[in-house]
Amino acid sequence: MKFLSTVGELLREFYSAPFRGAVARAKRQEDDLFMLLVFSEMVGVPNPASYYTLELQPLLYEDFHEWHKRMGMDHSPLEWFSCC
Amino acid sequence: MNAIVFVVIGATAFSLGYFFYSRFLTEKVFKLDPDFVTPAHAQEDGVDYVPTRRIILWGHHFAAVAGAAPIVGPGIAVVWGWLPALLWVTFGTVFFAGVHDFGALWASVRNQGRSIGALTEDIVGKRARSIFMVVIFLLLLMVNAVFGIIIANEHIAVPGSVIPTWTVIIVAMAVGFLVYKKGMSLLWVTVIGVTVLYGAIWVGALVPLALPETMFGLGAPAQWVIILFVYAGIASVLPVWLLLQPRDYINGIQLFIGLALLYAAVIIAAPEVVAPAFNTSPPDNAPPLVPLLFVTIACGAISGFHGLVASGTTSKQLDKEPHARQVGYLGSVGEGTLALAAIIACTAGFASFAEWDGFYSQGFPASGLTAWAIGGANIMEEGLGLPANIAETLLAVMGILFAATTMDAGVRLQRYIIQEWGTIYNIPALTGRVVSTLVAVGTCLLLAFGAGGGGGGGLIIWPLFGTTNQLLGGLTLMVLTVFLIKLGRPTWVTVIPLTFLIAMTIPALIIQLADFYQGGNYLLVAMDLLILGASIMVALEAISAFGRARKERAAGGG
Repeated sequence: MKFLSTVGELLREFYSAPFRGAVARAKRQEDDLFMLLVFSEMVGVPNPASYYTLELQPLLYEDFHEWHKRMGMDHSPLEWFSCC
Repeated sequence: MNAIVFVVIGATAFSLGYFFYSRFLTEKVFKLDPDFVTPAHAQEDGVDYVPTRRIILWGHHFAAVAGAAPIVGPGIAVVWGWLPALLWVTFGTVFFAGVHDFGALWASVRNQGRSIGALTEDIVGKRARSIFMVVIFLLLLMVNAVFGIIIANEHIAVPGSVIPTWTVIIVAMAVGFLVYKKGMSLLWVTVIGVTVLYGAIWVGALVPLALPETMFGLGAPAQWVIILFVYAGIASVLPVWLLLQPRDYINGIQLFIGLALLYAAVIIAAPEVVAPAFNTSPPDNAPPLVPLLFVTIACGAISGFHGLVASGTTSKQLDKEPHARQVGYLGSVGEGTLALAAIIACTAGFASFAEWDGFYSQGFPASGLTAWAIGGANIMEEGLGLPANIAETLLAVMGILFAATTMDAGVRLQRYIIQEWGTIYNIPALTGRVVSTLVAVGTCLLLAFGAGGGGGGGLIIWPLFGTTNQLLGGLTLMVLTVFLIKLGRPTWVTVIPLTFLIAMTIPALIIQLADFYQGGNYLLVAMDLLILGASIMVALEAISAFGRARKERAAGGG
């Protein structure tokens, strides 16, 4: 069993090592879109589902700073929430 | 002569190269330091920069550089006889490719893991960087066109390869989906995926498929080329995790299985070499051995493409600097081993000299991949008892998968370059994904059809592709030399291969230019002239850069 798990681990590394960067970038793009959906009302884009996405906001605050920097906004675009 | 002798010669040369020459490089030239903090540690980010076990890094470096080219090149070049091809592959791997790949990896590690393109600007200058970008674009264009033609030809030569080749795409997408979306254990997914692949090879051999001989006035090769590029265009915009990553992975696994099977078969069957050491009666249209041999076999002896891989992803994952010796040097030895297997299959896999001559006397360049599949299959049948039609399909699929994986990545890279140009020159249309992909695929199709033969016409551009690849290798060696001069280290290890490459590529380009001109193929004449111009600029740039570096060093404290 130990042998199998070692083989599995080596295969996983062989699978992921060449593409770590590409996959991480693809994931970030999806996350960015999701972030935009959740905070869309705050940046002036009407969102019919805002009643539901409002609930998600506290969960995403951790990544909020990174996101607005990446989106080319030096400071938080939200009047009532400043992270920097 | 028995093919085992080739195996012994290759194994001896590669071992001597690794144990003595790469050690010399490690200690006296590159001076690898176990305490040096590599970019994987200094800039560790869990994404691009991650310290990785050396065996894994070697595995994926080798899988990334091994492609269809080290099979096709030797498969064509044995037309001059086995001896020149064998000598160039062994010497090339030991003294050219080994130094080039190892050096590119080391130089990148010593410069924050930067790519060779970026290093060209940092170490040599802006002008050299511009030449570099042009050469890369031409290389991508040619690699996509030529590999499209190769796959099309192989689908026709070995119709059993059609089912497995296209099944792999579904298998790869299933693997990607199961691993990422279902979180399944990779080990089991791999076992199932590889079983399905080999099952598809068996089914394919029993159920060969062929396209109609003509459709809408297009021959079967042209139809395949179009289908392949439509596929490559779609594949290049799919998410990396869904297709490219699992496809690359399966390709790597089947590379190791295929190589092991073929070498086992060679050792058990010990076939006789039927090809002559020097072919005294090559086909009438075959160009002279010198210089064309040295551009016909690029990958397998030295290839600039390896420098891109070494400095692109590999250097960012190197755990300790001394690992560069195993990863870089042994990576090129792995590629040499594949090229050697191709030489054996294409010279010892035919039943008699008459059969071999019958294949190669049809004209230059012969279909190297077909020779590899036919010859290798005979050896596998004799050595392992595999039915010849299944072995032939297996080997044809091995070559096709290499070519197709390279095409997938190649079209994607071309799209990135076109999108970048769209941004630089302010052409918004080019920055979109669809338009840039269409432009990328369109230029490749133009070249594939422009090369003659209605899209499937032979491999007339193969030597031109090899020349461009060597030119890129020359640029990398130039950057390495300048870097070595600046550090006050011995430079002959890179200057000799560089001089040799330039001395071979320029005459090879002139000979091909005359051929293309006489054949009335003006598209290829234009490309040849462009590459010739780039070659001459590389030669001049090298001379001036070496002079500048020497002066700087003398002024700096020498």
